[in-house]
Amino acid sequence: MTGYCFTSGEELIAICKKEGLTISEVMLRRQQELSDNTAESILKELKTTLHAMKRSVEEGLTEELESVSGLSGGDAMRLNDRAEKNALSGALAAKAAAASMAVVEVNAAMGRIVAAPTAGASGILPGVLFTCAKERGWNDEKLLSGLLTAGAIGSIIAANASISGAEHGCQAETGSAAAMAAAALCELDGGSADRCLNAAAIALKNVMGLVCDPVAGLVECPCIKRNALGAMNALISADMALAGIPSLIPFDETVMAMRSVGRLMSPDLRETARGGCAATPTGRAIRKKLGLNEIEEE
Amino acid sequence: MQTYDLFDIIGPRMVGPSSSHTAGAARLGRMANKIAGGHVKRAHITLFGSFATTGRGHGTDKAIVAGILGMEPDDERLRYSMLLAKEADVEISVDFSEELRDHPNTAEIEIETRSGNITRVCGASIGGGSILITEINGLEMELSGDYPALIVRHRDAPGVINTVTNILANEHVNVAFMRVFRHARRQDACMVIETDSPVSERVCRLILDWNENISGVLAV
Repeated sequence: MTGYCFTSGEELIAICKKEGLTISEVMLRRQQELSDNTAESILKELKTTLHAMKRSVEEGLTEELESVSGLSGGDAMRLNDRAEKNALSGALAAKAAAASMAVVEVNAAMGRIVAAPTAGASGILPGVLFTCAKERGWNDEKLLSGLLTAGAIGSIIAANASISGAEHGCQAETGSAAAMAAAALCELDGGSADRCLNAAAIALKNVMGLVCDPVAGLVECPCIKRNALGAMNALISADMALAGIPSLIPFDETVMAMRSVGRLMSPDLRETARGGCAATPTGRAIRKKLGLNEIEEE
Repeated sequence: MQTYDLFDIIGPRMVGPSSSHTAGAARLGRMANKIAGGHVKRAHITLFGSFATTGRGHGTDKAIVAGILGMEPDDERLRYSMLLAKEADVEISVDFSEELRDHPNTAEIEIETRSGNITRVCGASIGGGSILITEINGLEMELSGDYPALIVRHRDAPGVINTVTNILANEHVNVAFMRVFRHARRQDACMVIETDSPVSERVCRLILDWNENISGVLAV
């Protein structure tokens, strides 16, 4: 491997500083090295992805959806209505949360989404990016940079820990997505590479230990609402970093801490649908109603 | 340490709800279609493990059928695949098995083509939409579907591998990964060769005709 490859935040920052590049610029060059493709062809492919993301947000905010199980659908529209009138959490944040929920509702209804980094956490990145783009006037080209920065953060987390709920719980899915989105927002709003890593670290720390406990094993409850939380997490983490607040624990150490916590997690809390929300009386009743076997007690 | 590129993280583009239970399932169906050679008349699908227990809620059966009909994992018609199969006069049956297999997300797909050939493909969805074909017509193997691949059925005999790699070298096909599997010494064996560029029909025929120990060549 040559010039632009990194597997830690520290290496990434070193390249950014040495070359005078942003995280997204380094990530594009790294992708060129890894894939042997031109920057143009990578960005073209990424643009197709961006448009698929945009469509999933629009679909979830405008169409009456119902999931295959009948457990979810329509909540994103409800929250978006309130966001446009008088949301306590503020119009931008509530709209971003609604947009994030929209994507995961589309996902549950067997619509088309982009995993970012997973299907269960697919709402957070597009939710905050498109909502903030409207507010800030960011164009598609700028949003592509956002996806690159998010990809850089995600690739470090995936290489050193995991982005899978089955391995490290929800902290690894919606936590990673929030960290990716926070870093992307930070760069797009003018933050330095250092601040982007602070934003990512803060977002990861905020949900450290979050378990993966899908009711009936379906990517619906509590996943859809956790994407709303993930959007809020990304926004406030980016704002903290942009305000100059550092993360006391550096990004790389936070990733390793998330991994240790994931390893300490009981398998019941890692996507097996045997703990947390899934094991509540209501969760069990839903499972039974859907015709699934009862949760096996160990 | 594994390296993750941009599109491993931002992607895949897929129809929900689950990368393993839906997108991976669609890819398994599509690989089974390719291995069987298309023109499907009838398909019987058996789901095992987590595919069997949560498959219905994740549309695993629909996704595999979509793949068998040739759809990609991001095809929005995926949720209507059962209806589309009926329209295309493809007979579908699905079993949800309680038997456990090595990998929790395993499917066995039996395809009968219009010309009456029957192919049995077994595979697993191993996470994030990635798959592994583990068995074709009873012969164990490992095939990821991430690269163009050449599956060569042959008798376990000296020189067969040499024939195949020589022809590929002459045709400027670069081998990315290669593995050889056999039932027993001097018996039925199989090479799985994953390449950087697709192998043409002409090269497949060349390999098949070259060595009498080779009984089948399939590019997927």
